[in-house]
Amino acid sequence: MGVRGVRLYCATLAIRSIEPGLLPGLLASLAKAPTLSTSNPHRLPSTVAREDEHLLVAAAKAGDASAFEELVNRYERKIFRLTMNITRNREDAEDAMQDAFMKAYSHLAKFQEASRFYTWLVRIAANEALMRLRKRRPNQVSLDEPIESEDDFIPQQIEDWGPSPEQRFAQTEMRDILRGVIDELPPDFRIVFLLRDVEGLSTEETAETVGISEAAVKSRLLRGRLKLRQKLDRHFRQNGKKH
Amino acid sequence: MNCKGVITRISSYIDGDLEATVVEEIELHLKQCQECTILVQQTKVTVHLYYDSDLTDYPVEVQARLHETLRRKIRRERK
Repeated sequence: MGVRGVRLYCATLAIRSIEPGLLPGLLASLAKAPTLSTSNPHRLPSTVAREDEHLLVAAAKAGDASAFEELVNRYERKIFRLTMNITRNREDAEDAMQDAFMKAYSHLAKFQEASRFYTWLVRIAANEALMRLRKRRPNQVSLDEPIESEDDFIPQQIEDWGPSPEQRFAQTEMRDILRGVIDELPPDFRIVFLLRDVEGLSTEETAETVGISEAAVKSRLLRGRLKLRQKLDRHFRQNGKKH
Repeated sequence: MNCKGVITRISSYIDGDLEATVVEEIELHLKQCQECTILVQQTKVTVHLYYDSDLTDYPVEVQARLHETLRRKIRRERK
């Protein structure tokens, strides 16, 4: 564990005696803690999160509510992003996120520390979100391989995108493009792409979460990536911003 | 290997999930095919753009309701 990880953990321990069990109190105390240079604990670099995560999990497992709260503070934004991306419905996304954290809290004792807490949490949240999506759109999310011929995803007319798209578009504009394009993807492909390429789960973890084979994950990921590339091509090629 | 062979393996190729002999075949094809080279590059850019991307706002009221719900649950379970 690095120095910053130790400091954060010490700050968390110190705060426990000041504000036990209250999220706003914890947030405010963390913001004021002299060992933290940032006023927003959500924005700590991910390397720090990885380094001390197991300490927080161990403390939370031992019954320390404020350690669990720190884990919530750290991952709530990402978990909402995931449930929103899967369900595309704000009410479902919020319910799925709440239930995911409640379940994580209730089942913390069962968590095997061989994997990252975040990965475990992502899988719980993805399941909650998928359950709601399947309920709302029962015919759109299948466990079977989507019927599609190989020729459907063979790209036509490949053209260079020119200079790096990241440099050509403003951050907000790029975000709108990425969001619009992924929304057009059929749910089967979107969910596998989200878990593998946005959240960084392994093929095996994605397969277990969605309830499909690893071969199906690979097949959907290939098609999902190619479909997204094709849809992005529309923006990156036709936009008048070419240099 | 032809273009179709590359396209069907493009995902595994960029993930480094292929046997060395298959990678060699793909790279031999890429040296001769500009379209497949662009396709591989654009697929990599696509994956890169989405990785850990923050596409959704996290409304403060959603955050507040989550904290309130969890606080109530923790209090309840401690009793």
